[in-house]
Amino acid sequence: MPTRTLRRCAPGLVLIAAAALYSLVPLLSMVSAALAPQGSLPSGLSWPSDPHWHNFIDAWNVANITTLLKSSTLIVLGVVPVAIVISTMASYAIAVLDIPLGRVFYTVLVLTLTLPYEIVIVPLYEQVRAMGLLGTQWALILPLVGMNMPFAVFWMRAHFVNVPRELSEAAGIDGASPLRALRHVHLPLARPAIASLALLMFLSTWNQFLLALVLIDDPNKRTMAGALQAFTTKYSTDQVLLNAGALLIMAPTIIVFLFLQRHFAKALLQGSVKG
Amino acid sequence: MELTKSPGLSRKQGASGSRSRHRRRLRARRWAGWLFALPALAFYAVFNARPVLLSIQYSFYDWDGVGASTWVGLKNYSEVFTDSEQLNSLLHAFYLILFFTVLPVLLALITASVLRQLQGRFTGALARTLLFLPQIIPGAAAGVAWMWMYSDNGVVNQLLRAIGLDGLARPWLGDFAWALTAVGFIGTWLSTGLCTMLLLAGIGKIDGSLYEAARIDGAGPLRQFWAVTLPGLRNEIGVCVTITIIAALASFDVVYLATQGGPGTQTMVPGVAVYNLAFNDNRLGAASALAVVLTLIVIAVIAPLQRLFREK
Repeated sequence: MPTRTLRRCAPGLVLIAAAALYSLVPLLSMVSAALAPQGSLPSGLSWPSDPHWHNFIDAWNVANITTLLKSSTLIVLGVVPVAIVISTMASYAIAVLDIPLGRVFYTVLVLTLTLPYEIVIVPLYEQVRAMGLLGTQWALILPLVGMNMPFAVFWMRAHFVNVPRELSEAAGIDGASPLRALRHVHLPLARPAIASLALLMFLSTWNQFLLALVLIDDPNKRTMAGALQAFTTKYSTDQVLLNAGALLIMAPTIIVFLFLQRHFAKALLQGSVKG
Repeated sequence: MELTKSPGLSRKQGASGSRSRHRRRLRARRWAGWLFALPALAFYAVFNARPVLLSIQYSFYDWDGVGASTWVGLKNYSEVFTDSEQLNSLLHAFYLILFFTVLPVLLALITASVLRQLQGRFTGALARTLLFLPQIIPGAAAGVAWMWMYSDNGVVNQLLRAIGLDGLARPWLGDFAWALTAVGFIGTWLSTGLCTMLLLAGIGKIDGSLYEAARIDGAGPLRQFWAVTLPGLRNEIGVCVTITIIAALASFDVVYLATQGGPGTQTMVPGVAVYNLAFNDNRLGAASALAVVLTLIVIAVIAPLQRLFREK
């Protein structure tokens, strides 16, 4: 019996191990290059006999990681809370308060859900320049709040339409204003939906590349992903430093992911199903 | 659903005389609800809808972003289909679908159906973490990782040399014949984990008795796959296909970092071409026309797929 189970499980085991390894190898290979002596020519995947952990400190300094962490955090803090609050309010108005023309607004949002960033980037540049914000973090924060609206409203509306109608009606009969009903009846129920949305928006903002590249000249004011471009052009010949720096730049999302991976997995799966 | 039709409210209203006044007040209150939606509408209108509409407008003009703009009608659009670099970028985007979509969905289908009987055992924390990893890191970072994988002494060539295929080893992203395919496989790496997780979640929802019934009818594993798994995963496959096709057609991050469209224009994709036209050549009209065409292609590909996968 055990051998039969083993034989039945083996193909699955091998497959999932192969898939996991496939995900991991590029990152392992970066680690192995990052630990080689600086100025040397490392090769693919090998554990260096004498790992140079100090490379990471050097890369931290030349890639300005401290500044980048601050800049990315600032941008995320500018985008995510605002986007959450206004999209929750709008979805509440559309789904629960049933505002006139709300359905039209919602349909327009959904229709633009799948539009690629390429369609907004050129006018957005001109617009942000006209507003005098080009090169500041506002140049990224304001457009990202707007670009997040279709998905965020779509997501929160999907939550609100599943809330039993009796609940808001009961609140209305008790004389609660729509704002009170939202705060005391709906928000507590919406907490899981909001948490997942916040994770997804954190991820997409932190990893935002195209808008950061175009709208902010100074790499030190970009998101970490956006700064990676400047770093790679500067150190394209130094494989060791390049890989160490790139690893540091991707580390924050990986660390946050490891801590919240159950929530991330849930949010990513739901996020793609709804999207 | 109409609020006025709900039973709770109609029971609450008393005499029919006060009904019209009540309804008017209710309507006013419903309009007041827009106060909640206005901030979202404002942000959306200014930073999303307006740029989209402006892109369409720009696409009919010749404009360098500084001087005066001149109306050129459809000239920018005809250039999209006659300029070999722009046209090729669109063709490349379709070629990338093979690697961003077809391959990952096939791989995920195989993995998910093999793992079906082992639900929960190997899809635990570790496998989940590793499979999601490519989705978590920025696309730009994936570009850097694969620049290194594909480099002269990177892992890919290391493996080829290890199995005695030294002749095949080359700097893949710099190779005119192979660069685009190499970029494609980066997309495979990015999409496969997410698709696998999505299909695994979907396959867990298929009623186990369906498989039992199929087995009793004498269906082998392959027939079970065709008759039960594939139809049962219709929605999930639709989701994978939709997300990854958009990622392939509108790719930018990975390509911009890994190759910038080179060598030559072998890996030029619409996203990078739009960027170059707008911000290197200062041809905002031409860039907008290509962006509009790209968007129309995305819609034209996605819309029928939605219908195909959604219907029951």
